[in-house]
Amino acid sequence: MNVHQSLTASGPLKSFSPPDSVPAKVPAKADAMVRFEGVEKTYPAYRGKPSVRALQNIDFAIPRGSITGVIGRSGAGKSSLVRLINGLEKPTIGRVEVDGRDISALSGRDLRLAQRSIGMIFQHFNLLSSRTAAANIALPLEIAGWSKTDIAVRVAELLDLVDIADKHDRYPSELSGGQKQRIGIARALATRPSVLLSDEATSALDPQTTRSILDLLANINRELGVTIVLITHEMSVARQLAKEVIVIDGGDIVENGHVADIFTHPQHPITQTFLAEVLGDAVPVSLASRLQQNPFPAGQAVIRILVRGDAGDAIVARLAREFSIDVALLSARIDEIGGQRVGSLTIGIPGGDAIAPQVLSYLSQHQLSAERLGYVA
Amino acid sequence: MSPELINLIIQATGESLFMVAVAAVVATSFGLPIGIFLATSGKGELFAAPKINAVLGVIVNATRSTPFIILVVAIIPFTRLIAGTSIGSGAAIVPLTIAATPFIARLVEAAIREVDAGLIETASSFGATPLQIVFKVLIPEALPGLLLALTLAVVSLLGYSAMVGAVGGGGLGDLGIRYGYQRFMPEMMLAVVVVLIALVQTVQTVGDYFAKRVNRRLRHR
Repeated sequence: MNVHQSLTASGPLKSFSPPDSVPAKVPAKADAMVRFEGVEKTYPAYRGKPSVRALQNIDFAIPRGSITGVIGRSGAGKSSLVRLINGLEKPTIGRVEVDGRDISALSGRDLRLAQRSIGMIFQHFNLLSSRTAAANIALPLEIAGWSKTDIAVRVAELLDLVDIADKHDRYPSELSGGQKQRIGIARALATRPSVLLSDEATSALDPQTTRSILDLLANINRELGVTIVLITHEMSVARQLAKEVIVIDGGDIVENGHVADIFTHPQHPITQTFLAEVLGDAVPVSLASRLQQNPFPAGQAVIRILVRGDAGDAIVARLAREFSIDVALLSARIDEIGGQRVGSLTIGIPGGDAIAPQVLSYLSQHQLSAERLGYVA
Repeated sequence: MSPELINLIIQATGESLFMVAVAAVVATSFGLPIGIFLATSGKGELFAAPKINAVLGVIVNATRSTPFIILVVAIIPFTRLIAGTSIGSGAAIVPLTIAATPFIARLVEAAIREVDAGLIETASSFGATPLQIVFKVLIPEALPGLLLALTLAVVSLLGYSAMVGAVGGGGLGDLGIRYGYQRFMPEMMLAVVVVLIALVQTVQTVGDYFAKRVNRRLRHR
């Protein structure tokens, strides 16, 4: 435990060489599907509870046709952000544009019309228990005043699109979580929206179902060109799907850019915490518990290397050759994110502290962030 | 029991059913919208009107806390105005309706409040109008609860309808009081009670059946 804490405190991720990539530029006005300009949202004091500032200084633009992840812990302001995009709430300051229109200035009928071009899917699916799958999908079309025949045609198309045509007459209580979310997606796409907001849509699903829902969303983005805004507290979800990532914390945007840049060069501690979860940068508990602070000749020095990009290529073999030692691989996790390798390696160097210092300096000469965690037998 | 007495029971049962049916229909047609409004007019809700909500709540509570027998007597002038008389089954419908309306409104309010707020938010995000939300989301989703509420209201009305017998309202209660009590005919009293029990049992069974049928929250088969 101590080891882990000291790692976080010393911030091994931060010590990594500074980013040479340019942070994502805010797209030009015409390219933006969703655009926040100087948005602040404050909920007024109510029944003795003080007023709450949920969002402040929010400026970003989500490019047309993209999949953008909005990542934050619970209470970071994600829900407020969503409700501002679909016009359920108005910003206290600033403006929110969707598809070139200032949705924060609309109300009544104009707002309801604009909301039809914004689809939304939910963590708990929010299907009507009293309606069949087909009737649930038909709901937004009924609200938009479509004719019965047009609705029947469109619903059949949508059931095909989400691959559950055989569940036409089933009630939600008869369906699995993944099937319910497919109906949710079909319903959200019914009125052919230009934006699809996904509010923690996979958080209630198991990993395999999550994967299939994310694949479906990727297909929809590719085939229909729908811009997808993926609100999530799970970095792994954003990583699988998003090209752009916006990290929010305490109502502020703390990081904003291409997913590969954010994963390889996270700037903010919050982002680093998120990354540690998904990359497995944390030292395995079983190893941490065996670590000793002082070297002993028969033991191995435990070194952890953070892999960001190509610098870590064949590092185990290179170390073995360079120092003529047997390098023990104690734990490793490498992923490819946005075409870049990201992860960590924990290796054991034999001979107590005899060779370890040279290994560390070799690693830093080769632009690899590394750290000695301790020693194991 | 003589055929005359059996005829009396049949006739009284018909009167009771008539009173209850008319009162239930009229009270529901007022109580349903009032209940929906009570459930949706709080601060920040669909038809937000917290002040009207509060006033309506007080009126509903006042009517509900007045003992029924007092209500019947207290509104005699109003009953005369509406029904032209204050005696008989037709006249009894007026106090029955007035007593049942706030009762139904509170039951409807509770049933509507059971609907997941997320569904209202969902429909709003599709651009639904408040009325569309009421008719396409709230009422269909609350239907099992609404049917049970209606069942409970009808059962209570059967009880009330027996009570109006005490003040010349006709029906089974009237029969029980006049023959069973005043003429001391225990078999008549027993018959009235048995018929009332059978009616309540039937109403409850039918109500439960329909409420269960429209409830899609449970897995079927």
